[in-house]
Amino acid sequence: MNLWLWILIACGLAYLTKLSGYFVPAKLLRSPRMMRVAGTMTIGLLTSLTVVNAVASGQSLAFDARLGALAAGAVALWLRAPFLVVVIVGSAAAAGLRLLGWH
Amino acid sequence: MKLLESPAVKVGLSVSIATGLYGISFGALASASGFSFWQTMAFSLLMFSGGSQFAFIGVVAGGGSGIAAMTAAALLGLRNGIYGMQMNALLRPRGWLRYPQAHITIDESTATASGQRNPDEQRRGFWTAGLGIFVLWNIFTAVGALAGDALGDPKQWGLDGAAVAAFLGLLWPRLKGREPWAIAAAAALATIVAVPFVPAGVPILVAAVVAGAIGWFSHGRSDEGMEPDVDPYPHGHPSTGASSRERNAE
Repeated sequence: MNLWLWILIACGLAYLTKLSGYFVPAKLLRSPRMMRVAGTMTIGLLTSLTVVNAVASGQSLAFDARLGALAAGAVALWLRAPFLVVVIVGSAAAAGLRLLGWH
Repeated sequence: MKLLESPAVKVGLSVSIATGLYGISFGALASASGFSFWQTMAFSLLMFSGGSQFAFIGVVAGGGSGIAAMTAAALLGLRNGIYGMQMNALLRPRGWLRYPQAHITIDESTATASGQRNPDEQRRGFWTAGLGIFVLWNIFTAVGALAGDALGDPKQWGLDGAAVAAFLGLLWPRLKGREPWAIAAAAALATIVAVPFVPAGVPILVAAVVAGAIGWFSHGRSDEGMEPDVDPYPHGHPSTGASSRERNAE
């Protein structure tokens, strides 16, 4: 139930953020600095989520089949594969490496 | 003019299909991470912002708390506020229309509208992409959630590897040029250093602060990191010859 609460708060915040663009005076949001922070933060968050999902295991670092998924995903992206193909490649790489005995 | 002859509607529809389809991966990953069917649907119906949705389930899947997941999702959604401001200036919605319009203000609808010159076309592009993605994203989220439930052990199918690839895929279009790579390197380093010292989920917030500080204190492009996951105009735009990214930089 607790998780439901955080989900709904996060959904509410997501909508209020979008709506703020339509109601908050443009001067406040239009500052180049605000736009830059929103953009650089997006890069930082997505990078961190990639890293955490690839090598974090609770509070320790683990080097397992997920690293293979990271490498395979990067190759697929480099070859300009569409998003869904990239995800499937990542999943296949992790599953395949586990079959080969690398957990 | 017939609606289907409008270039903006055509672009909006193709972006809808490309973006909507990857709702499958969100649905499957959410259910593999332990979210119920209706929790998974709540994200796609109510949050409706791909990056934030993946962020929330990614933090929880890594053992993070609900509040850390909520914070990561909220920070990742900040750019939608900027898009809202841009779309408010561009499309000038009146009265109640702003409320539904705000909900479908995301990377792809904004990019589709911004790529058009004519105000009517901008409006058609925005609504076609926004509503099209909303409908397809939710349908495919449901398909993915049901499929994910049926799969059984997520690790056997490599779904944790799918999550890694998904985040890399969301990051990739934003890594054009030297600066975003430098920001990404700093964020990756901050994450790895933080993992052993703080609870799961918090390293992501540490990296957000580091990246935000870089943006605050350095000077560079004001639209760094604001690229759509699916570029509506990958081959350049007929009237300008520039891709969305180049046009945004003008």
